Amino acid sequence: MSAEFDITETLDVKGASCPMPVVKTKNATDDLESGEVLEVLSTDSGSMSDIDGWASGTEGVELLDQVEDGDVYKHYVRKTE
Amino acid sequence: MSTDTPDVTADDAPSRAELAARIEELEESLAEATGEDDTKKMSIIATKGTLDMAYPPLILASTAAAFGYEVNVFHTFWGLDILHEERSKNLKLSSVGNPNMPVPNAVAALPGMDRVTTKMMEKKIADNDTATIEELIEMSLDMGVEFQACQMTIELMDYDENDFYDGVTTGVGAATALQDMADADIQLLV
Repeated sequence: MSAEFDITETLDVKGASCPMPVVKTKNATDDLESGEVLEVLSTDSGSMSDIDGWASGTEGVELLDQVEDGDVYKHYVRKTE
Repeated sequence: MSTDTPDVTADDAPSRAELAARIEELEESLAEATGEDDTKKMSIIATKGTLDMAYPPLILASTAAAFGYEVNVFHTFWGLDILHEERSKNLKLSSVGNPNMPVPNAVAALPGMDRVTTKMMEKKIADNDTATIEELIEMSLDMGVEFQACQMTIELMDYDENDFYDGVTTGVGAATALQDMADADIQLLV
């Protein structure tokens, strides 16, 4: 899946470990308007499963894509409401 | 003459519109009684105050808050130290009684060994960029997590209500915790 969306904000949580990637992603999406997309950059390998789980268990957000790019895990979250 | 079946054609029978209104009314009160609100709730009882045992309740509390849960963490006995502003920065890791520790219990029991293992753990936490206890508490408070300090153990431990982080609720007891647990979707004792 290629990036077919515009990134509104980027959150850099490289270095941070559980639970910070999820917690900071949540806080960052709170500041977005509906339809806007947050890019999250993490080095925590657990963030792939955690952000996926968080997005599916949370209303008002949609996980668009997750990409492993070298040491960095990139997540794309859209705010839907 | 027996008339078990009500006479539906009687003049005082409710009209279809009246019945529909009554059904709507009942459905509303049912929703009120069962649904309350859709917010999920988690209740944690935190009873331990060692460095390793301080993490699970805080990590779960902040994560649940990220999921939109309403979170209550009731701290009692040694769990109070997690909320104690000064003591929370100096939580210790015991090297005794944990067979996973790299030193035998007989050595671990020597004076000063807890300090050594605590330092080792603190270094690992720093090297790994794991959040500190203080960071997790501040973050959780910002996200609306309710931290409660058990009044009975505050007095038992000779703590003062001002010893705790700003935003910590004091003056609560087991009944509060029980009520929170009864209302919660997830209940945990740590």
